[in-house]
Amino acid sequence: MNMLKTFSKGGVHPSENKISANRSIEILPLPQKVSIPVSQHIGAPATILVAKGDKVKVGQIIAQSAGFVSANIHSSVSGTVESIDAVLDSSGYKRQTITITVEGDEWESSIDRTTDLKKDIQLTSQDIIKRINEAGIVGLGGATFPSHVKLSVPSGKKADVLIINGVECEPYLTSDHRLMLEKGHELMVGIQILMKALNVSKALIGIENNKPDAINYLKIIAGEYKGIEVHALKVKYPQGGEKQLIKALVNREVPSGGLPIDIGTVVHNVGTAFAVYEAVQKNKPLFERVVTVTGKILPRTANYMVRIGTSVSDLIAAAGGLPEDTGKVVNGGPMMGKALVNTDVPVTKGTSGIIVFQSKESKRKTESVCIRCAKCVSICPMGLEPYLLNKLGQQMIFDRMEQENVLDCMECGSCSFECPAHLPLLDYIRLGKAEVSKIIRSRKN
Amino acid sequence: MFNVVLALMPAFAVSLYYFGFGALIVTLLAVGSCVIFEYLIQKYILKVTPTITDGSAIVTGLLLAFNVPSNLPWYIVVFGSLFAIGVAKMSFGGLGNNPFNPALAARVFMLISFPVQMTSWPLPVASRLQYIDAVTGPTPLAILKEGLKNGETISQMSDKIPTHMQMFMGLMGGSLGEIAAFALLIGFAWLLFTKVITWHIPVSIFTTIFVFTGILWLINPEKNADPIFHLLTGGVMIGAIFMATDYVTSPMNKAGMWIFGIGIGLLTVIIRVWGSYPEGVSFAILIMNAFVPLLNRYVKPKRFGEEVKKNG
Repeated sequence: MNMLKTFSKGGVHPSENKISANRSIEILPLPQKVSIPVSQHIGAPATILVAKGDKVKVGQIIAQSAGFVSANIHSSVSGTVESIDAVLDSSGYKRQTITITVEGDEWESSIDRTTDLKKDIQLTSQDIIKRINEAGIVGLGGATFPSHVKLSVPSGKKADVLIINGVECEPYLTSDHRLMLEKGHELMVGIQILMKALNVSKALIGIENNKPDAINYLKIIAGEYKGIEVHALKVKYPQGGEKQLIKALVNREVPSGGLPIDIGTVVHNVGTAFAVYEAVQKNKPLFERVVTVTGKILPRTANYMVRIGTSVSDLIAAAGGLPEDTGKVVNGGPMMGKALVNTDVPVTKGTSGIIVFQSKESKRKTESVCIRCAKCVSICPMGLEPYLLNKLGQQMIFDRMEQENVLDCMECGSCSFECPAHLPLLDYIRLGKAEVSKIIRSRKN
Repeated sequence: MFNVVLALMPAFAVSLYYFGFGALIVTLLAVGSCVIFEYLIQKYILKVTPTITDGSAIVTGLLLAFNVPSNLPWYIVVFGSLFAIGVAKMSFGGLGNNPFNPALAARVFMLISFPVQMTSWPLPVASRLQYIDAVTGPTPLAILKEGLKNGETISQMSDKIPTHMQMFMGLMGGSLGEIAAFALLIGFAWLLFTKVITWHIPVSIFTTIFVFTGILWLINPEKNADPIFHLLTGGVMIGAIFMATDYVTSPMNKAGMWIFGIGIGLLTVIIRVWGSYPEGVSFAILIMNAFVPLLNRYVKPKRFGEEVKKNG
């Protein structure tokens, strides 16, 4: 048997349910209006540059990065700014949002709209990072961390390998899978651009073994590009967790509380690498992305190329509309995603998929008592004790939670998934993480 | 839970074969009274929704029955069940909260309260058709303890002690469910296969007992029984596989499980060889149960990225 690489500690195997895996990427028709929040990334919200009534073009910057950890926001459509207001987004919070009425489809003239593959990389390392920063690129795997920050290696540290995350370990989601199959060459050039920016000679693409077509295809074309290797990984959740992926591919452990660069690695998602290609070679800012729309009860599932700001309800309408028996609509994957209160929220840079669940699939199972079976401890990929953190969270003993390293939790949800007593372990752990972070911040001030 | 019940069925079948009528009565009584007591206590004293459908009372009843002689008078069985459920389990808050394994706590309570009845062991097959008036005889461990006390050597006692094969098949005096190692090992395989338990606790207990008694045996084989004898007698199998692995009363991580298992192994041998009781597994498990909260507090699983932080 072929030994596939994987991470060593913990992990679970939820049903894969990749029902939209063989649906090619379709371009979603332009919506009538878009709502673009100015906070679509980790870090400071961007500063708004337009006013009500302004005319904007596709790709025009409408909000500017407000600090090092922040990102530019561009208009995804052409038309008139209808309003600037605090609007509910997928997080459940109201955020400053620019709403634009769509009129035609007029793009900024600087954007190269041809589909030709541009292989030559002319920019220097610094210029590449600058361009990526200008294009408002953030991690498209879901974490939305501004990409230029990861590429600006702090002095005294050095990257020796670039890791490309094509794992897509969340069940249901297929947007990265389709991108790898349909935009392979663009992806490879994007990876070479990232390698040049980081000044590394080696890049490893990790893909879970449930996507053999993507693995084979990328292995074939990788030969045309120097220094890029493709690795098949065992199907195990959360293989796509940054720390787990590094462990699987290069067998290094990111120190607790540290960053991948501490051990010479930088990780980018395949979606991000594709966006980097478009930004650097085609001068195209990040204003659209691939979103999987899926669910067992949907009449048709799909992978759409969607303009940022399109409402989730428009996406679902394109897939046949919400079925009668809908119980829950989840933004993201079923393991880490969050249920939407309302489908009139915009697609943002972090939206990798929208999943519609039937009411019987989405009901929480009745909780019973913890019998201390220790399953949560043995599957936790970070080596934490979820049963204990849950209990401490319920009792609000936050100093103990800090000692028990609650901040190492990456919220993968494996513990809640595995718990035979159906305890929602992650809920109280999330609460604890937020409280502990607050305590640590207040200690610094 | 029902996988545990299933895993106990080979041992139950063997107990019916060897002890017949008595084994059936004691088992039905123990399971029935455990379930009924749990229901009554939850409904009328604690006033909560009874949880007898979770199967935990059935497991406690089975384990309790398996740990007593098959001719134990019915009132002691019922009394033991009341202790197991009422005192050892419910008074601590019910399932998930009891520090000691309920069946074991009850067994030790019964052993202290009814020493004569709890140590008169019916002989297998000979007693198949009797319940209370069964023909009794000592267990191999009792023969050994008594013989050594009277200055006999192991080789002098060899004709009184069953062979390893007989012990493996369960042809010896003892509690009704603990005698047949092969049946318990089948249950072990089932629990591992269905991933109900991991191998860590049983294997660490077996290894510790094997190594410790092996050393004693090598030092003086005339005064100390061989390691296989120790593994096959006195409830080591049922204790290590079914009682020590009780989720509620065992540690939550692998390192803790090792320490727990080694502790049980060491205590078992110490009690058997130097203590006043011929067998020691029950006491060893209960003593180590008491250390579980401490182990959970101070023996932590290895965290991802922990070592790198220390070195960095």
